[in-house]
Amino acid sequence: MNDKPEPSPEDNRRLLDTLLPRKDELKARERIAIPAQPMPAQPARERVRNMSEVALGYAHDQARLEALRCLQCKNAPCVKGCPVAIDIPAFVKAIADGDTADAIAIIKRNSLLPAICGRVCPQETQCQLDCTVGKSLKDVELSVSIGRLERFAADWERESGRMLPPEVKPETGRKVAVIGSGPASLTVAADVRREGHAVTLFEAFHKPGGVMMYGIPEFRLPKAIVQLEIDTLKAMGVRIVTDYVVGRTRKLKDLLERDGFDAVFVGTGAGLPKFMNIEGENLVGVFSANEYLTRSNLMRAYDEGAADTPIRRGRHVAVLGGGNVAMDAARTAVRLGADEVHLIYRRTEKEMPARIEEVAHAKEEGIRFHLLRNVKRILGDETGRVVSVECLKYELGPPDDSGRRRPVEIPNSEYVLPMDTVVVAIGNDSNPLIPQTTPEMETNRWGNIVVNENNRTSMPGVYAGGDIVLGAATVILAMGQGRQAAAAINEQLREETKS
Amino acid sequence: MSDNRIIEKRQLADEVCEIRVEAPLIARERQPGQFVILQLDGEFGERIPLTIADADPDAGWILLVFQTVGHTTHRLAALQEGDRIAHLLGPLGTPTHIERFGSVVCVGGGIGVAPLHPIAKAMKAAGNRVTVVVGARTRDLIVMEEPMRAIADEFVLCTDDGSAGRKGLVTEPLAEICARAPKPDLAVAIGPPIMMKFCAETTRPFAVPTVVSLNTIMVDGTGMCGGCRVTVGGRTRFVCVDGPEFDGHQVDFDNMMQRLNAYKDHEQAAHERCHLDEAIARKERDHERQA
Repeated sequence: MNDKPEPSPEDNRRLLDTLLPRKDELKARERIAIPAQPMPAQPARERVRNMSEVALGYAHDQARLEALRCLQCKNAPCVKGCPVAIDIPAFVKAIADGDTADAIAIIKRNSLLPAICGRVCPQETQCQLDCTVGKSLKDVELSVSIGRLERFAADWERESGRMLPPEVKPETGRKVAVIGSGPASLTVAADVRREGHAVTLFEAFHKPGGVMMYGIPEFRLPKAIVQLEIDTLKAMGVRIVTDYVVGRTRKLKDLLERDGFDAVFVGTGAGLPKFMNIEGENLVGVFSANEYLTRSNLMRAYDEGAADTPIRRGRHVAVLGGGNVAMDAARTAVRLGADEVHLIYRRTEKEMPARIEEVAHAKEEGIRFHLLRNVKRILGDETGRVVSVECLKYELGPPDDSGRRRPVEIPNSEYVLPMDTVVVAIGNDSNPLIPQTTPEMETNRWGNIVVNENNRTSMPGVYAGGDIVLGAATVILAMGQGRQAAAAINEQLREETKS
Repeated sequence: MSDNRIIEKRQLADEVCEIRVEAPLIARERQPGQFVILQLDGEFGERIPLTIADADPDAGWILLVFQTVGHTTHRLAALQEGDRIAHLLGPLGTPTHIERFGSVVCVGGGIGVAPLHPIAKAMKAAGNRVTVVVGARTRDLIVMEEPMRAIADEFVLCTDDGSAGRKGLVTEPLAEICARAPKPDLAVAIGPPIMMKFCAETTRPFAVPTVVSLNTIMVDGTGMCGGCRVTVGGRTRFVCVDGPEFDGHQVDFDNMMQRLNAYKDHEQAAHERCHLDEAIARKERDHERQA
C-alpha cells in the first residue's frame, strides 16, 4: 500500500521528541503535516505461507505520532460515524498523551470488543470517512487511523495482563438465554450479566464465537483474541453451552415456558449462504464461502497433518464476489497453496464493499482481480468436477436505487477461464432455523426477524439483534444492536422486579 | 449438556457398529427421520452426520448405527462402553412426515435399515399397513432384521448373493409390491445412493410417491455451509435443513453421488491408514504377548 520507504523507529522517536514538548499547542497545520503512520505488516511473500496475523499493530511511538495527527475537532465527525459513538477524540488524545490505560477505559465505555473491532471494522466508511484530516488531505486513507489506534489500546491492555472482567452486580435470580455467540450475543451476555442476571449462552457449534471463529480467518483476526473475550464472559459467570441448537435441541418457546428463562435474545446471524443459481453451481469443487472458510478456520483444515477435516487445495481458484468474505476466501486459497487465485466481481473496485486494507492486502498477495466480470456458468468434466468458468464482461450503466452505477452486461462477450475450484462469496441470507421452528415470531419476507427500536420481537420476552435482524452487516453494527437489546432486557427485568 | 456417554456397544456386522448413547436432550426432542452430528475432538476432529436409529425419551438415550468408512467412524468404533463422545449436536433435519397413508412400503439397503427403523415404527403406529423390504450384499451385512420383522405386516429379506432370504436386489420385490392392486400409497427407501436411485426408478412407472433420505457431506448441519446441497426438481436444496428426506422422483442422484465422492481420495487414504494402524497394533500386541 505504501511505496515510500517506511521511517525507522529512530526517525519516529526523533520526530516525537520534537513534537511532544508542544503537544497541546500544535497548530492544525503542524498536525496534518505529521506523516500518516503505515501499519506494520508481515511481508506479502512470507505471509502467504502462513496463517498468522498480517497486520502487526503500531509500535508505541507510532501510535503516539498517529494520535498527534488528530485535530480534536469540536464537532467530532468521527463520533457521528461510529455505530456505538465511542468518544474518539478523547481516547486518541489519551494515546497522544501516553496514557494508554485511560484510552482503553474511554473506549470500553461504549465498545465491548475493541481488540476485535479495531481489526475488522470498516473504518473508512464509518469513523474515518468524515475525518477532517482525511478531508483536508483529500484522501480517506490519510484520515487519522482510528481503528489502528483502537487496536493499539486494546492490545496494550491485553498484553499488559491488566484486563479484568467487568464487575458483576449481586445476583438477581433472573435468567436470560442468549442464542448464538457472535458479536451481538457476546455483547448482550456481558451487558446483561453485569446487572447480576444469570446468563446462559447457547451455541450450535462446538466452539463459541460465531462468525469471528468460523468466518474471519486467523490472519485477519487471531482466534486467541476472540477466545479471550469468551474467557472474560466465563469469568463473569456466564454459562456457555455448546452443541445446542435452539429450534431443534429445544424450542425457543420451551426456554421461556418450561426452562424458566425470563428473557431470550436471538443472535443467530446470517448463516444461509446465497448461491448465484447458475448452471454448474453444484459441481464438485464449488463451495460457498461459508463452507470453505469454516473448513479452514473452525475445523482447522489448513493444518493438514493435524486436522481430520479435509479441504480442497485447488490450483486454479475463482472467488466470486467483492466483499470482505470474498477477500478472506481468496487469501485463504493463496495460503492453501493455490497457483492462481482469481477474484471475479461484477462492478469496479470503487464499489467493492470490502475494507480498503483487505483489498490492498489481497492484491499484494498476488490475487488477480477481474472487475466488471461475472460468471455466467460453471463447466465440469464427465466426473462432475469443475474445469472452468464462463465469464461475461460488464460495463457501468446509469445509477441504480442504491446510487451505485448498475453493471450492464456486454452481449457476446463470453470467455472461458480454466479453474478447478470455485468459491461463491456473494453474501448470506438469514438463518431460517429459529423462524421456521418458532411460528409465533414475526419475520419479514427475507426471513429477518422483525424488531422494534428496542430490539424487541413480536414474542413477549424475546429480543433479537445482529445479522438475523439486519441481514448481512458488520461486527460493530451487531454489537451496537446487542447493546440496545441488553438495555431493553435489563429494563424489562427491572420493571418486573419492581411490580 | 449431558455426558454423551456410550451406554452399550455392539458389533452388528463386519464394519458395522451400534452404540447406545446417553443424550437426554436429543432423545427428548428427536423425531423419526432426524440425525445428529458428532465430533470426537473439538480441536481437530471432523464433524460427521449420523442418522438416529432409535431413541428412548424416558431413559434418555439415542441409538446410532454406523459403518466404519473413514477416520472418524474408525475412531468411533474404537470407543468402549463408558467412553464419551466429545461433541454431539441434534436432533437435526426436518422430521419425516408421518400420517395414515394406508399402505406403506419401507425399503432399507445395508446400513440404511437403521434410519429406516424409526420411520417404519412411526408409520406402523400411525395405522399404516407396513411392508418392509430389507436388503444387503450378504448375510453378514444384514442389520436390525429382528426389530424390523417385529414392526412389519409383511417382511421380505433379500441378499445379492442369496446367502439369506431371496437372491437379488431390493428393487425386484419392490416392483412386485408396486404391481399389486391396490398399489402401495407410499414408498420410503433408505440405503446407498445407487439403491435409492433405482428404487425411485422402480416406483416411478407405478406413480407410487417415494421418499428417500439423503446422507451427504456436511460441516455444521444447521444450514450454514451449504456443502450438503443437492439438486431436487431442478432446485438447489440443503439436506441439513430442507431434508434429509426428499421426493425420490425429483432428486438428481448422479450429481449427488459425484458430490459424495468429493473427498474420496482423502477418505480412502484415511481408511487405509486406519487399517494399517490396526494391523500394526495387532502385530505389536502379538509381539508383546510372545515376549
